[in-house]
Amino acid sequence: MPLVAFWFIVITVLWTGFLVLEGFDFGVGMLHGVVGRDEAGRRAAINTIGPLWDGNEVWLIVAGAAIFAAFPGWYATMFSGFYLALVLLLMALIVRGVSFEYRGKGLSQRWRSSWSIVLAIGSLLAPLLIGVALGDLLHGLPINSHQEYTGSFWTLLQPYGVYAGITFLAVCLLHGATFLTLKTTGELRARAGRLARRMAPATALIVIGFVAWTHVIAGKGALWNPIELAVALAVLAAAWLVLAHQEGWAFAITTITMAGCVIAIFTDLYPRVMVSSTSPAFSLTVRNTASGDYTLKVMTVVAIILLPFVLLYQGWTYHVFRRRVSASDFAPAPPAPRMADGTIPEAAAAPVPAGRASAGGRPASRPPAPPGPRKPPRRGWWQRRGGHGPRG
Amino acid sequence: MSTLDLARWQFAFTSINHFLFVPITIGLAFLTALLQTAWYRGRRPEYLRLTRFFGTLLVINVAIGVVTGLVQEFEFGMNWSNYSRLVGNIFGAPLAMEGLAAFFLESTFLGLWLFGWDKLSRRVHLLTIWLVAVGSALSAAFIMAANSWMQHPVGYVLNSRHQPQLNDIWAVLTNPVFVWGYAKVLFASLVTGAAVMLAVSAWQLRRGGNRDVFTRSARLALIVLVPALLFAMLVGDELGVIEAKYQPMKIAAAEAQWTTCQPCSFSLIQIGGGNDDQTPTQILAIPHLLSLLATNHWDGKVVGLDPLQSQYSKKYGPGYYVPNVFIQYWSMRVMAYTGVLSFLIALWGLWLIRRRKLATSRVFLWTATWAVTLPFLMNTAGWLLTESGRQPWIVQGLQLTRNGVSPSVSTTDVVISLVAFVLLYGILGTVDLILMLRYSRKELAPAVAGDEKDEPVPAMLY
Repeated sequence: MPLVAFWFIVITVLWTGFLVLEGFDFGVGMLHGVVGRDEAGRRAAINTIGPLWDGNEVWLIVAGAAIFAAFPGWYATMFSGFYLALVLLLMALIVRGVSFEYRGKGLSQRWRSSWSIVLAIGSLLAPLLIGVALGDLLHGLPINSHQEYTGSFWTLLQPYGVYAGITFLAVCLLHGATFLTLKTTGELRARAGRLARRMAPATALIVIGFVAWTHVIAGKGALWNPIELAVALAVLAAAWLVLAHQEGWAFAITTITMAGCVIAIFTDLYPRVMVSSTSPAFSLTVRNTASGDYTLKVMTVVAIILLPFVLLYQGWTYHVFRRRVSASDFAPAPPAPRMADGTIPEAAAAPVPAGRASAGGRPASRPPAPPGPRKPPRRGWWQRRGGHGPRG
Repeated sequence: MSTLDLARWQFAFTSINHFLFVPITIGLAFLTALLQTAWYRGRRPEYLRLTRFFGTLLVINVAIGVVTGLVQEFEFGMNWSNYSRLVGNIFGAPLAMEGLAAFFLESTFLGLWLFGWDKLSRRVHLLTIWLVAVGSALSAAFIMAANSWMQHPVGYVLNSRHQPQLNDIWAVLTNPVFVWGYAKVLFASLVTGAAVMLAVSAWQLRRGGNRDVFTRSARLALIVLVPALLFAMLVGDELGVIEAKYQPMKIAAAEAQWTTCQPCSFSLIQIGGGNDDQTPTQILAIPHLLSLLATNHWDGKVVGLDPLQSQYSKKYGPGYYVPNVFIQYWSMRVMAYTGVLSFLIALWGLWLIRRRKLATSRVFLWTATWAVTLPFLMNTAGWLLTESGRQPWIVQGLQLTRNGVSPSVSTTDVVISLVAFVLLYGILGTVDLILMLRYSRKELAPAVAGDEKDEPVPAMLY
């Protein structure tokens, strides 16, 4: 296999990995406010992806850097051509990334709900914009003979691209809902399941429309690309499994659906990487944008050595955090100064002014006190041990 | 202002901001790992409390460091597409390696560390924070390799169309500018992390925080700070010699040295100066010091800007090849003076440790709290010196900055993005600062009482 083809596959794998993994993060980010009715529920929803989202987002960084290293011409044209769209995407990813960290660090309810909104908007914009961008690659954009983009921001919003964006958004939503169903308990799980069932049929229709449109846009003859067929079947299977309450299988198949959507675009693209709507002769291909042979060889060695390790330890992370997260883990504290697990909160032991007697540990944010005459004392991380002690 | 100027402003703005957070991350990751190692070995609850206290400060910064880093990676293509097209096959390689080797490691294990307190064994959990530290240090390595290639391109050949093609990755990874520049960044990061830890500890000690616990962290910070600063200065000196060899303009401009001198004295302060004022009023100068700094020889020769300009015009065609002398001169001074000042403060702290007065000297504690600003000034000045001194080149000798800019991006586009980034970074920087201050001033969380019974420590959660 020529190295350029190998690197096209690597980049397809990286984008697929990114959208499959970060896809459910986006979904959870959009849905956490809907699935979690109270602060405890929202925190539980966010904490299902807490240890994972950062590692998942690196797939995007690596996908971008891999394009830069392997196909500098592609990187240059795409990133400068999509300029304002990428500014918007960066904004979405930035506010979303910090909102995880900052949301729990403030003490007021308003602070937390503001960051919740930011998290939801960022998680909505990111897959939408990425979907539009991937759709644009295949649909074609005005690109001249010097491989320069000649359109404007509005040129990027052609119908197929926008539809691709909506498709990725819809798949992320379903993917996130099935993930939440799989990773939470009790009421959260039930609500996530209900949401997934409500979204599944619509998502299936959207994806099938996307597959058909993609087939037409790709213009590779009447014969369907097997990946396209697989996506259509997968999304139907996913919808059926969601409706049949098969949580594990449903998530597995939404994963395949997401992967299929990405792979379908990339297989229809090959050997082009960006289609020129100005003239087919100006389309960017794996050949006319590729790095030198030496660079590709070096990068191949590096990728073959490192990628297995990455997959191994990221897989292990998912294994470590395989347990479901419960809203009760984040419920308000029992009033006793000495906890069931034998910890003594310093706040109770030492004479500290009440305002400063909070935990130095991570979630200083505590669930809001339930309405009522008796306010239970605030609860810090050291008191949080699932299943111990009475619940207020 | 032209698209070029705006694009430069945007890159400078975003990268300076990015590098406020990166050294805290690298430095604090190592220091937190040291604290946790101390806890692992001695099981003293003080160290667990410190680990979690400073770990919280670490993660507040990691979040913003990661997302601002994403902007940096995208900007090469967004604003500098001609540059990316020309040198992507060399410059892109270390960036991709950075992602594969470092970012995955850093962020995956940070998740494991944060959320794995009650899920991993102590030993494995300790390993995760060390892998975070290694990952963050590795990421700096690859980006420095890429940056050093712009300062001193190596390991390439020009093809028939005069485009550089990578032909020796090993040369890129052993570039002397990279080796020394990377060492400098690592030491500067340790200095920054230690200064943050010292300042927070000093603030806590001054305000009656737990004396026993915060004296430990202040001591650790000082013990790291003194050698790190010393090495940062020594390495910086060697880096100066190397840069004088490959980028003589940079060093000559840093001294506002228009004519060739031998031996050369180091100007401590001057009035005036700049590209249009070649005869500034010298206030103080140390004889021979510049020769020593730039060449490692007592009587070394430093070629002036004017002879270099005529030499470059002959070699690269007509043009103006002198960087902004005012920025060079003052960033060099700010870097050197803040470095020396930090070093003196750190020595003072060491002396207080010896006299067992560290926790009670209020003047020192006050000074140490405010001294936290010094490493940030030092780092920013150092980067201004390095990057502004490379101008007018984007890659020294290969491409001019004005030829690297994206042709398809309009001035309006860059104005929109620059305003957006300034606003967003302003908000995020403020939030980060508020959170850092709030968490630095928090009471220490108590250790878990069931510690000796090897009970798992609860995870840190969102």
